[in-house]
Amino acid sequence: MNDTIVEYLYVIAILFFVISLKWLSEVKTSRYGNWIAASGMAVAIGGTLLAYQVQRIDLLIIAIVVGVIIGTPIALKVPMTAVPQRTAASHAFGSLAVALVGTAEYYQRLPNIDVFTLTVLCAEMILGYLTFMGSCIAFAKLQGLIPGKPFVYGGRNFVSLATLGVAIALAVYLIANPTHSYILPFMAGFAVLFGFLLVMAIGGADMPTVIAILNSYAGMSAAALGFVLNNQVLIVAGALDGSSGFILAVIMSNAMNRSFTNVLFGGVGAVKIAASTGPAVEGGRTAQAFTVDDVATILEDARSVVFVPGYGMAVAQAQHVVKEVADILQSQGIDVKYGIHPVAGRMPGHMNVLLAEAQVPYDQLWEMDRINPLFPETDVAIVVGANDVTNPAARTRPDSPLFGMPIMNVDKAKTVVFIKRSMSPGFAGVENELFYLPNTMMVFGDAKKVLADLVAALKKQA
Amino acid sequence: MTLATTDLQINLIVFLLATFLGLELVRHVSRLLHTPLMALTNAISSVSIVAALIVLADPKDDLVLVLATVAVALVFTNIVSGFGITERILRLFRQRKGTK
Repeated sequence: MNDTIVEYLYVIAILFFVISLKWLSEVKTSRYGNWIAASGMAVAIGGTLLAYQVQRIDLLIIAIVVGVIIGTPIALKVPMTAVPQRTAASHAFGSLAVALVGTAEYYQRLPNIDVFTLTVLCAEMILGYLTFMGSCIAFAKLQGLIPGKPFVYGGRNFVSLATLGVAIALAVYLIANPTHSYILPFMAGFAVLFGFLLVMAIGGADMPTVIAILNSYAGMSAAALGFVLNNQVLIVAGALDGSSGFILAVIMSNAMNRSFTNVLFGGVGAVKIAASTGPAVEGGRTAQAFTVDDVATILEDARSVVFVPGYGMAVAQAQHVVKEVADILQSQGIDVKYGIHPVAGRMPGHMNVLLAEAQVPYDQLWEMDRINPLFPETDVAIVVGANDVTNPAARTRPDSPLFGMPIMNVDKAKTVVFIKRSMSPGFAGVENELFYLPNTMMVFGDAKKVLADLVAALKKQA
Repeated sequence: MTLATTDLQINLIVFLLATFLGLELVRHVSRLLHTPLMALTNAISSVSIVAALIVLADPKDDLVLVLATVAVALVFTNIVSGFGITERILRLFRQRKGTK
């Protein structure tokens, strides 16, 4: 009897999860989406506890209390700039949990474990353990615990794939000899090592893609566990998570002009690093440096302004002062928009969250594809903390490593104001052609300070 | 054995349909919301707690018991932080449209 009820509770949970993604597609309904997903989770947990009596209630309670103690501060305190790290950490937790359950399930079923079950379990464990370690490294890089620079050496792809190969070979051996359980820790170890090598080789600025891929892996390993346990709620939730991560990874890799295969095999970052010497830009050109007052004067005559923020804005914590400038401009009747490149920030959609936090109305946030046609009619484009995604060389110079990458066409605006600390090149190590265009005004300095000065200058003018 | 095969077939169908459904649903999520989307799908995949609970209900030995308990703690952390942070992010987008 209980079993039947539980089956239906699982159906309800699945339904809630699907509806939650539907509701998340629009800002208006998005919060209901979160609530219905949480309800689905409660239903699934309640149903499971009903059907399977846990004997060691004490351990269960301890585990839940630990989860609440660690989880609550993360939920309430993590600043929006650190959401990418927290996402990486949650991928690490989730995939480790799935890997541990898979491991437990293996020991649980010994010695009567059929080939199919063990094959899926091994795939699930390898995926889980590698995602765990990969996410830990992603977390460390995003948090700045280890340098964001890719760790590259000759033949690294060979070493990485060989590591994965050993893990798979051990899995095959284990499947052939299910009772040789001493193999399992080694298999897990090599999977962990592979995850380590995979993400160490990836640069900090490529994290949006990496996080999305790890998200997809974490979902896939959960779905695999569902196959082992013959549990559809797990299969569906894992598939939803996996496909979501997959789509985000595709969007991110397209936005950086990488093939998806390139990304999947951890080639991320390699292309750009190889080209880091870059094509020499013809010497003797100088960029025009301007002062904040010059910018204020230009803005006086502007009718439309587009801000193009990059991760540098978030690092400088300049999003609030950007909003201040925008408010002053708007109060003077100037049309203000924000153009967001898909890979701006450290995870998909990160820049939107940072600007929303600074109380920028979301209808002013424009995606790249929508804002690009508007640049020719834009009086002033203000670039804050972005660099490579504004380089016109991506459109015009086939010899540039950036060539083919979709960029924000700020160079088409009547005037470009580029706020930057120094002339140093961006992540790709390529000089930005934009600096030398006649319609570009370079303003050197810390983004936050420059914009604060701009606020003062604009107020004085008014 | 026949039964197992049938289960597998059902599970495969469920998996494929859920994947296609997921792809369709996520494709229509506004880019504005990609960060909360990731936070939410991550929280949803924490339904793997179901698997941990099932193992915890009838563990064969202490090793299995410990593995399952640790898994429950890890996943419960994700459930609390996942739904919590999604709510916090979505609240940022709540403000009325356009302030002209």
